Amino acid sequence: MNNRIANAFASKHNLLNTYFTAGYPSLHDTIPLAQALVEAGADILEIGMPFSDPLADGPVIQGSSTVALANGMNLPVLFKQLQGLRAAVADTPVLLMGYLNPVMQFGAEEFCRQAAAVGVDGLILPDLPLDEYEETYQPIFKKYGLKAVFLITPQTSEERIRRLDSLSEAFLYLVSGPGTTGGTTPTDAPAQQEYFNRIAALNLHNPRLIGFGIADKAGFDRACEHAEGAIIGSALIQALKDVDDAPAAAARFVRGIKS
Amino acid sequence: MTPSYQQPTARGYYGEFGGAFVPEMLYPNVEELRTQYLEIMADPDFQIEQQQLLRDYVGRPTPLFEAKRLSAKYGTRIYLKREDLCHTGAHKINNTVGQILLAQRLGKTRIIAETGAGQHGVATATVCALMGLPCVVYMGATDIERQAPNVARMRLLGAEVRAVTSGSQTLKDATNEAIRDWIANPVDTHYIIGSVVGPHPYPDLVARLQAVISEEMRKQLLVKTGSELPQFVVACVGGGSNAAGAFYHFLDEPSVRLIAVEAAGRGINSGHSAATSVLGTPGIIHGSRTLLMQDEHGQITEPYSLSAGLDYPGIGPLHAYLGAVGRSEFIAITDDDALAAVSECSRLEGIIPALETAHALAALGQLGAGPDDVVVVNLSGRGDKDLDTYLKNMDKLT
Repeated sequence: MNNRIANAFASKHNLLNTYFTAGYPSLHDTIPLAQALVEAGADILEIGMPFSDPLADGPVIQGSSTVALANGMNLPVLFKQLQGLRAAVADTPVLLMGYLNPVMQFGAEEFCRQAAAVGVDGLILPDLPLDEYEETYQPIFKKYGLKAVFLITPQTSEERIRRLDSLSEAFLYLVSGPGTTGGTTPTDAPAQQEYFNRIAALNLHNPRLIGFGIADKAGFDRACEHAEGAIIGSALIQALKDVDDAPAAAARFVRGIKS
Repeated sequence: MTPSYQQPTARGYYGEFGGAFVPEMLYPNVEELRTQYLEIMADPDFQIEQQQLLRDYVGRPTPLFEAKRLSAKYGTRIYLKREDLCHTGAHKINNTVGQILLAQRLGKTRIIAETGAGQHGVATATVCALMGLPCVVYMGATDIERQAPNVARMRLLGAEVRAVTSGSQTLKDATNEAIRDWIANPVDTHYIIGSVVGPHPYPDLVARLQAVISEEMRKQLLVKTGSELPQFVVACVGGGSNAAGAFYHFLDEPSVRLIAVEAAGRGINSGHSAATSVLGTPGIIHGSRTLLMQDEHGQITEPYSLSAGLDYPGIGPLHAYLGAVGRSEFIAITDDDALAAVSECSRLEGIIPALETAHALAALGQLGAGPDDVVVVNLSGRGDKDLDTYLKNMDKLT
């Protein structure tokens, strides 16, 4: 089976995973943005499914979600747009990220079926509890070949990290420090260092990507010293605000990171 | 064994409702609370300190007052449980007293809270002042406007009130922002949720801390009516904390009808309502699977009620469950009917109720209670905070 996520980690170093909100800044920017990001050098894409009450997100992603919803984005519209996904991004891994409630209302099985059909590789649903995942969602994910990605924070216990590692088949999402998405770079650098080193020493079977608060090339490069790569979301979305040509702005942003 | 409605499952479920749908960033905080709350609350030192504070600081037990003129008007025997006489003017402080003691025992040094009408914010700011802990209260900008006296009280008590400008700028958004604060401050901070909402164990924790209301009711009813059990217990429901407290010790008494009164706003089908039991469908809000108001795509919709305390698009999972299994009955009351009840209670009993509480009073005419029936209305709060709203609606109050 063609595992695009595993292939990406096997063939590349210092992977850049870019997050953007579907339907932002304009409803039909989703596919052009995906294509521009990949052509400029993004190694993995996370497409955000906007939600009215994104608890884990800071003001930038909240704002992009509000705009996207006002633009008319919803799951039926998104899946229709994503029919053009693979033509636009070739073999780049793509994950959908969002909150559980819209997925539940759409129907978990139908959601997974349509995601797999348009070529999505994995899902990040931060508010899906592990127990619920194992009981209800894991069999559905598996049926459609979708990989689950879980978050780890500085407070996550080793026992729980190992459980998350065993349940994950893509990568582990290391949240850089306490806070919501787009949070500022932590001031307590030694504590963060200790956290990254501690995770690295666990010899987990999944690769790790660091996210939250990584905004520029310097932050990306620092993260890559501690993990296989990093995730940038809020800073990219910020760079798309009030621009005439969002795909061009996205490409410039990625080239600035990967140069 | 008779089934108990009081105890959720280990994972916090009442039937299909409840659970803890939280992102990993919140998991350690919620887990710490989940694994310790029952043990701490069972500790004799905790209970002694809690009972002393409830008696000497809050002013418990609150009276159960026979409302003779309201009784005459409705042709039944109406008693008012006077939670409005609690320190700070509402039942909310029963919960904050318990949670501040819990926070201290968890070693927390900073307190956050959300507030709608401001009563929970005031009750939290009050216990933080009492214990010398810093307090941040998140409040929707709309609510800051319509509940100015409570904002002033919180500031006077030393709390920092942070205006929330996302979404509809009301209780839902204030709760989102408090949760985000907790994500950013996972180690030193305790989040005092004000209602029976949120991830497990909060619905159970808050219900237990409010259960003192019905515990006292039973003793007082026995003295005043010769029976611990009334025919009706009536309480308003936003998230549902005062109703949970008023119902708690009657849940396993099937002869007692439990009436949960929601805010219909301008009318259930007006598009401006907060009647979640009618307009809501199962989904996830603030970490709990419950009934909530949402569109066909699972986006949470904005509720409406003139009352800031009932202006919430969900209900606690316990209430969703009680409604689903038929243990409680829901009645929806419009803004205008609630305002009429403010006037009626003020003039017939000399008690100016909070706008939230007035919804419960407005349901009295719909109960079908007979002359020998005993009806207890939980008078959850006093109306001082709503005077500005009452002044603006004087035409509906006369």
